[in-house]
Amino acid sequence: MPFRFLEDIAIADVAFSAWGETREELFSAAAEALLATMVEESSAIEPHDCETIRIGHDELDLLLFDFLSELVFLKDARRLLLRPCSLMIEGVDDGYRLEAVMKGERIDPIRHRLLVDVKGVTLHRLAVSLVNGKWQGTVVLDI
Amino acid sequence: MSLPSQLRKVSDTVWELPITYQKGMLVPARIIASEGLLARMDDGVFAQIANVACLPGVVKYVYCMPDGHWGYGFPIGGVAAMDPATGVISPGGIGFDINCGMRLVLTNLTEEEVRPRLPELVDYLFARIPTGVGCTGFVRCSRTEFRKVLEQGSRWALGKGYAWPEDLEMTEEGGCFAGADADACSDKAIERGYDQIGTLGSGNHYCEVQVARPENVFDREKAAAFGITIPNQVVIMFHCGSRGFGHQVATDYLQTFLRVMTPKYGISVHDRELACAPFRSPEGEAYFSAMKCAVNMGFVNRQVILHRLREVFSQIFHRSPEELGMGMIYDVAHNTAKLETHLVDGATRELLVHRKGATRSFGPGQEGIPERYRDSGQPVIIGGSMETGSYLLAGQATANTTFFTTAHGSGRTMSRHQAKKMIKGQKLLSDMEQRGIYVRTASYGGLAEEAGFAYKNIDEVATATELAGLSKRVVKLVPIGNIKG
Repeated sequence: MPFRFLEDIAIADVAFSAWGETREELFSAAAEALLATMVEESSAIEPHDCETIRIGHDELDLLLFDFLSELVFLKDARRLLLRPCSLMIEGVDDGYRLEAVMKGERIDPIRHRLLVDVKGVTLHRLAVSLVNGKWQGTVVLDI
Repeated sequence: MSLPSQLRKVSDTVWELPITYQKGMLVPARIIASEGLLARMDDGVFAQIANVACLPGVVKYVYCMPDGHWGYGFPIGGVAAMDPATGVISPGGIGFDINCGMRLVLTNLTEEEVRPRLPELVDYLFARIPTGVGCTGFVRCSRTEFRKVLEQGSRWALGKGYAWPEDLEMTEEGGCFAGADADACSDKAIERGYDQIGTLGSGNHYCEVQVARPENVFDREKAAAFGITIPNQVVIMFHCGSRGFGHQVATDYLQTFLRVMTPKYGISVHDRELACAPFRSPEGEAYFSAMKCAVNMGFVNRQVILHRLREVFSQIFHRSPEELGMGMIYDVAHNTAKLETHLVDGATRELLVHRKGATRSFGPGQEGIPERYRDSGQPVIIGGSMETGSYLLAGQATANTTFFTTAHGSGRTMSRHQAKKMIKGQKLLSDMEQRGIYVRTASYGGLAEEAGFAYKNIDEVATATELAGLSKRVVKLVPIGNIKG
């Protein structure tokens, strides 16, 4: 998977690095890392439910913060575990706009091997950058 | 890991980073720790507590408690007091889990009485107290009714029959931070949390059946004042917070503060997680009101869990909760900001005290603690790992050196992934059962992350707080049963 958990940052919480050829791939990888934090074998999540996320921000890293925060909100408010089905980021005059169609299913403690609840996405060491033609991001989750 | 070269020993338990340690520090940073705990403290603590010392309006010293470790924004165990007139309020100084805290409940049962029924008891607790990712509670509460929860705190629970009147007295601030305003909370926050009342959550949140063995009682007089009078007396400790509601309040205001912090107020911080606004600003005051709502949700959450606990014990032991002596010892938060009065350099000042993973510790005779504890000091509850035990301590007058604050837990020393690599959840569960600790968990992976070896030695932490004069050990409580998310 295009992400890995970081062992030596904020040890009480969960930090990960994600990457992709495009901004969209990076954001999708970060959503997968969020899912993998909460569920073991997240590939078992079926695409039964659909939610569309539309957000914008003038900074790309804070767009990632808002995107992941929205997924954490949907986990509690709709009890949905979601992964991107399609995700588009476009540059606009005042920054960036994201539209993501997310698919997944409601939390089922019997079928899903749940790990740990994510409380929030932190701003600690949050970063998105383009390095040698690849997009990379670092995120610390509070759990 | 090497300690910062500028770290200066003030006493056997106090270590100071001067303001020259990092550009922008306004006050020195003090680490409270024994030499051993200090040597094993991770690098992030020093960098993060120095960042906190740069926040506008910070007064006298910032502190990190002996259980301190690398967090986000503030270190876990971080304490900072701000001048309300010139200082800021920062969600990063409180944490996402606003009013994460501890509640300790008495029984008049002994270990000998509980042991034969322990698996049945723990299984029933696990069935009745929702745990794990995305869990919801049994309280059916509309969004409108939830707004009353946020503003009334434990008084709401009392009105609904989920509390005994004395429970409120045994809860910090009577189970309600005054001035909570539900209008300061977003619809998203309410949507996220209105059906989570009475749930534990996951991570390091747990509900534990514990024993006060005679050899673990350090102060018989204070133990008796706290209701621990019987050899091998069973008590119940639980740890949780304001659930998704509080997490969303923190997220919402981080976003708000980021937008206004620099453009509107000209404040810059070393870590964006320290995003803040002047306390006396529309944004700062709105966050404080919303934070109080989350504090109140945390108190109600623990109150409703207590209600369920009483039902479970009553069912298993065929006596009423009153007959089982299931009164509260105390409920105390460890993630809050509060306006308090403190003596600083001989002058009485009102200060906004941020405590993130740190417990208020009021000494004997101090205003703000139950009459019952006037002579003993406020009960302080320090939760350890599920394998090693926890501590009940008493607040000390000499805690005035840290704005009356002490530690909150044992403090993590190992990453969650590393812990999972070292032991499987099923193996840990069976190992603990062989040692007489019966555990039920919603997640074997989550259980492995909470293994005792992933934490500091709780005995060292509790002892360090005593040597530093912050809290006095009363009794060490050892686990015999545990449910966790």
